Amino acid sequence: MTHQPRLAETTLETATGLDNRKLLMWLFLASEAVFFGSLIATYLLYRGQSLQGPYPGDVFNIPFTSVSSFILLMSSTTMALAVGAAHRGQLHQMRTWLLVTPLLGISFLAGQAFEFTEFYRKGLTLSSNLFGTTFYVLTGFHGAHVSVGVLILLSLWAAAMLGKIGRHNAINVELAGLYWHFVDIVWIVIFTLVYLLEPL
Amino acid sequence: MATISQPVSVLEALRRVRQEAATYRGIWSWIATVDHKRIGVLYGVTAFLFLLAGGIEALLIRLQLATPNGKVVSPEVYNQLFTMHGTTMIFLVVMPMAAAFFNLIVPLQIGARDVAFPRLNAFSYWTFLMGGLLLHASVLAGGAPNGGWFGYAPLTEFPYNPGHGIDFWAMGLQILGVSSMAGAFNFIVTILNMRAPGMSLFRMPVFVWMTLATAFLIILAMPVIAVALFQLEFDRLFGANFFNPVKGGTPLLWQHLFWIFGHPEVYILILPVMGIISEVLPTFSQKPLFGYPFVVFSGIAIAFMSFGVWAHHMYTTGLGPIANAAFGVSTILIAVPTGVKIFNWLATLWGGNISLRPPLMFAVGFIAMFVIGGLTGVTHSMVPSDYQQQDTYYVVAHFHQVLFGGALFGLFAGIYYWFPKFTGRLLNEKLGQLHFWLMLLGFNLTFQPMMILGLMGMPRRIYTYPQGMGWDEWNLLATIGSFVIALSVLVFMANVVVSLRRGEEAGADPWDGRTLEWSIPSPPPPYNFRHIPVVRARDDFWHRKYVEGPEGRPVPVVAGGAHDEHGQQEDEEHIHLPSPSYFPLICSLGLPIFALGFIFKDYALVAAGAVVILYGIYGWALEPATEG
Repeated sequence: MTHQPRLAETTLETATGLDNRKLLMWLFLASEAVFFGSLIATYLLYRGQSLQGPYPGDVFNIPFTSVSSFILLMSSTTMALAVGAAHRGQLHQMRTWLLVTPLLGISFLAGQAFEFTEFYRKGLTLSSNLFGTTFYVLTGFHGAHVSVGVLILLSLWAAAMLGKIGRHNAINVELAGLYWHFVDIVWIVIFTLVYLLEPL
Repeated sequence: MATISQPVSVLEALRRVRQEAATYRGIWSWIATVDHKRIGVLYGVTAFLFLLAGGIEALLIRLQLATPNGKVVSPEVYNQLFTMHGTTMIFLVVMPMAAAFFNLIVPLQIGARDVAFPRLNAFSYWTFLMGGLLLHASVLAGGAPNGGWFGYAPLTEFPYNPGHGIDFWAMGLQILGVSSMAGAFNFIVTILNMRAPGMSLFRMPVFVWMTLATAFLIILAMPVIAVALFQLEFDRLFGANFFNPVKGGTPLLWQHLFWIFGHPEVYILILPVMGIISEVLPTFSQKPLFGYPFVVFSGIAIAFMSFGVWAHHMYTTGLGPIANAAFGVSTILIAVPTGVKIFNWLATLWGGNISLRPPLMFAVGFIAMFVIGGLTGVTHSMVPSDYQQQDTYYVVAHFHQVLFGGALFGLFAGIYYWFPKFTGRLLNEKLGQLHFWLMLLGFNLTFQPMMILGLMGMPRRIYTYPQGMGWDEWNLLATIGSFVIALSVLVFMANVVVSLRRGEEAGADPWDGRTLEWSIPSPPPPYNFRHIPVVRARDDFWHRKYVEGPEGRPVPVVAGGAHDEHGQQEDEEHIHLPSPSYFPLICSLGLPIFALGFIFKDYALVAAGAVVILYGIYGWALEPATEG
């Protein structure tokens, strides 16, 4: 095979000036917003409609979830640092932040696993009531998204350790960053609506 | 499955594929293709095969209903037939046929050499195929889905529908959704980013505009059905309570989510066809499209408004007078931009130099049938009137008028119009006319009696009816009509076979076309454009051929006058095409395995599917995207 750039996926000049892959990621995130919007709408529709316990107030541990939420939000900072380092070509820093970010993500997921276990011990299952159904499915889908993000970031980190990520393809880090920030923003909405506003 | 146990042989096959694909011959070059034209052909042929399946289901339904107390099929089979017929025609025929046209036409009309993400494009096709096959595999696992294409809960909930059919249905639709979304992302990026120099948004052909609007509808509507299907499956497989009234859940949630997706879906089906019509009418009238900006903006308006009309499917569920009135008004309003389009199409024909070839016959047939469909739709928007029509054959007649008389007629217009571009041969004119008149006759014979049956009170989805209701003759007439439609499809198939062998040579521009696809040879070379065109006007190719004469009549440009000045010449060998790839297919293969694992709660299968998908994704990502 001749060593030539692929036709489309590396096109530098596009009609809008936006990189194809970045535009794709934004469109994907738009559809993801509708996806989580529908799940959140379902949660809000069934909020306070459970016919039997355990109710949110029986199981929530707001201080604990606040800490894990804080960890997830901090991972957005480290993600931004990774993107910045990639664009500046500071490979050592980029590798560091590409590892720290998914580790923070894993910490969040560990917190979620602990929380799910605790709630389960207190009698809240997927089938016990509408709260259990909507809570586990909403936060579970969010957790699945964080897991995918962790996988992407660890893959990028591995590629970076092999010297395959640099300034020339920093777009890969940037795309992962867009996804990661989006997943964080969704958590801000979920944490606010599901946990913080629960007593209202 | 062999892909995981024998990665080495895959790599060898990959090498072989690259050699074969380089010559553009052989089965492997199709399996690994990333060429938008070949993917378009695959989409079209596959969708046509599903059309035959859905059509046979329809014929069985009509046979059962031909006479009172029919005994052709059992009630159980009847439920499966109408569920599969609806699901097939919507998700496996009209949507992928539109996707075939997106693939075949959009890159050519915007002057691009391929789509923005060729491998993602291949993934869309294979995923569509896998979704369709998974849906049909339900027959092997104890019965096809039987809850209607709308799958209303709680009928589809586990206690009331314990077979696997609904699970296959939900998982199949989920996979088809992935396919549609991947395609839609790809086409939005392609249309926004891959336009040739000078092809500003308002110089784009209307078909490209309608593709763009449809793609936005898909990416914003499909996630809603995805959530609804997930919720249904959580209920069915893991005992969640989303639609379980015993625990306080409301089945109406399903209806809301389904129709928030479902009504935009109607426009996902019809907008591409409106785009096709807007290409065919000007070409065969030798006039520019009347009111181009109005046609474009009304298409965009329809797309926006389609998210605000869903509850007109739910008037009789007791939403209350205020909600019903609001959705009634929004439903009446959405008829306005649709009407704008109709008048623009008529005005395009008006005073034109009309040549009544088969594409135009189908296009005009579309307008006539779609107007009936649209007007009967307006009668549903009136709440009191809808109360009478809900769940009667009047509704069945209405949406077939829109989706068959509309969408399918328009798709056939597109097939007759663009067939010569991709095969180099025209479809036979006489057979085309026979096809059209038979289909028009059969269509009206089938569905106009249903209007009357509906107004006489015949309910939908009943597997039989007693004698003496006054429905017998109309039902028999509808059944006869459906077989006339079947005959017309056979004529079409004969036409394709005959024309592929002995059809008239088309040449590059058989219809005296207006848009860029007619400026290149038929069939187009793999790279489409030898040199990327520079666009100077709307209907650019037309303006290269004609200038306006004294009375506004077109006057041909002196031969050769306008050629060879566009863009930079490039040698054929220096045009770099995307390399073929296996990985999109591998990713797609993993999806049904993953889904089957959940359907049968076999988590080893889930893991196997996940491994296949991940193998595909990592192979895809690590495959040299830039081979240098």
